[in-house]
Amino acid sequence: MPKISFIDFKGTERTVDAQVGSTVMETALRNGVPGIDAECGGACSCATCHVYVDPAWQAAVGKPSAMEDDMLDFARDVQPNSRLSCQIKVTEALDGLIVRTPEKQG
Amino acid sequence: MTEPTAPIQTDVVIVGAGPVGLFAVFELGLLDIKAHLVDILDRPGGQCAELYPEKPIYDIPGFPVVSGQGLVDNLMKQIEPFGPQFHFNEMVESLESIGTAERPRFRVKTDGGLTFECACVMIAAGGGSFQPKKPPVEGIEAYEGSSVFYAVRKKETFRGKKLLIVGGGDSALDWTLNLQPIAERITLLHRRDDFRAAPHSVNAMRELVATGKIDLRIGQLAGLEGADGGLTAVKAKLSDGSVETLDVNMMLPFFGLTMKLGPIANWGLNLHENLVPVDTEKFESNHPGIFAIGDINAYPGKLKLILSGFHEAALAAQKAHRYVYPDKRLLFQYTTSSTNLQRKLGVA
Ligand SMILES: Cc1cc2nc3c(=O)[nH]c(=O)nc-3n(C[C@H](O)[C@H](O)[C@H](O)COP(=O)(O)OP(=O)(O)OC[C@H]3O[C@@H](n4cnc5c(N)ncnc54)[C@H](O)[C@@H]3O)c2cc1C
Ligand code: FES
Repeated sequence: MPKISFIDFKGTERTVDAQVGSTVMETALRNGVPGIDAECGGACSCATCHVYVDPAWQAAVGKPSAMEDDMLDFARDVQPNSRLSCQIKVTEALDGLIVRTPEKQG
Repeated sequence: MTEPTAPIQTDVVIVGAGPVGLFAVFELGLLDIKAHLVDILDRPGGQCAELYPEKPIYDIPGFPVVSGQGLVDNLMKQIEPFGPQFHFNEMVESLESIGTAERPRFRVKTDGGLTFECACVMIAAGGGSFQPKKPPVEGIEAYEGSSVFYAVRKKETFRGKKLLIVGGGDSALDWTLNLQPIAERITLLHRRDDFRAAPHSVNAMRELVATGKIDLRIGQLAGLEGADGGLTAVKAKLSDGSVETLDVNMMLPFFGLTMKLGPIANWGLNLHENLVPVDTEKFESNHPGIFAIGDINAYPGKLKLILSGFHEAALAAQKAHRYVYPDKRLLFQYTTSSTNLQRKLGVA
């Protein structure tokens, strides 16, 4: 089972098991990882599941789709490594993924 | 603000024209109850129309798949026979009881100056009223209403101003085009050089940039400068990492909408975590005559689904009938077989 590490804005790291096929957002919620609100439940409609992908993982995770990029306009402090975590599907290739959660969502 | 006019007399005021408020019109209409709907949005549909008009919904009974907007369009068609009256761009501000527990009556007021008097109120306010999202920049509150606005109420406010418009969607581009002839200068700031707005507006905006009529910056808000509510400059972090101080004195940020409970908090209702607790027989709040249906209510086992809201609307309407027509007995009838109901629907 792939593992994903979430680092919050204070630097606290939480590493949890992720199911292949679910999303990074769902993984956070299922494991009680704070810092992700996901108000729309993963429909790419709220931008409250914003994360920063660790630069070492950016290539593996890939770029946002056009729809996601539109939604990212509504997130705070968007960086080149910003993604909406409900749009990142967990695969074996993402075992060890590190993402950072922002201080505030939405 | 429109001038205060004589109160509108009606049976029921529905707060919120989301899918559940819309379907309530149908269930009330079958019982000969007339309704007025008020919504702060400029069109019907609530979350379905505002947040996911093009996305598919798979769990509306009888529809294997329907889009958010498709559902709203169908609901509008379904309730048409009952002649519901819509009041858009109006926020229901206050709700005052002017009756008794046996004969409830309410006075409902909106921020636009409308007043209603009615026998029952159905709160179908979903996740709350849609309100503009604030951009992530420190100290913005100090400028709101004087030099930072989230909507254009009067174009004149911006005449001769050095205006910064932030965003890349239709609102941002439409107002850039609309206010360009009035403002002294417009700067448009957007996170990336790619715009969600309608292509013809994007082209028109690009044309204004090319001819030097407006300025375009690619970047994000980084700070505000000014005093006593008056903005004197805005700092923008540009895409190359540099920070530019923009010479502006008004700002219109367009960061989309978010749902906030809003004025409902002040209506003297029992609230539990921003929801209105109701019983599951009539979906009535602690105040007789005030019902809460759809996403806004809370009861054991509640599911925030459209289909649950439809069921709640049907049951609340039954009780509303007792308040509106205290002397009439309610007969249970099917739309399939009752000529009486079919006459109301305009099909018999
Ligand atoms: C992305 C997404 C996908 C979804 N998918 C599904 C799905 O597949 N199936 C499903 O069943 N549900 C789904 N939902 C949930 C569904 O949209 C909601 O359950 C439904 O919209 C609730 O309807 P409602 O009428 O109660 O409230 P809303 O749709 O929230 O409408 C409430 C309206 O009330 C207005 N309002 C509130 N307060 C005031 C006031 N004081 N004055 C004036 N107006 C006011 C608001 O502006 C709003 O327009 C989804 C939601 C989202 C965000
Ligand atoms: S959960 Fe809403 S956009 Fe990701």
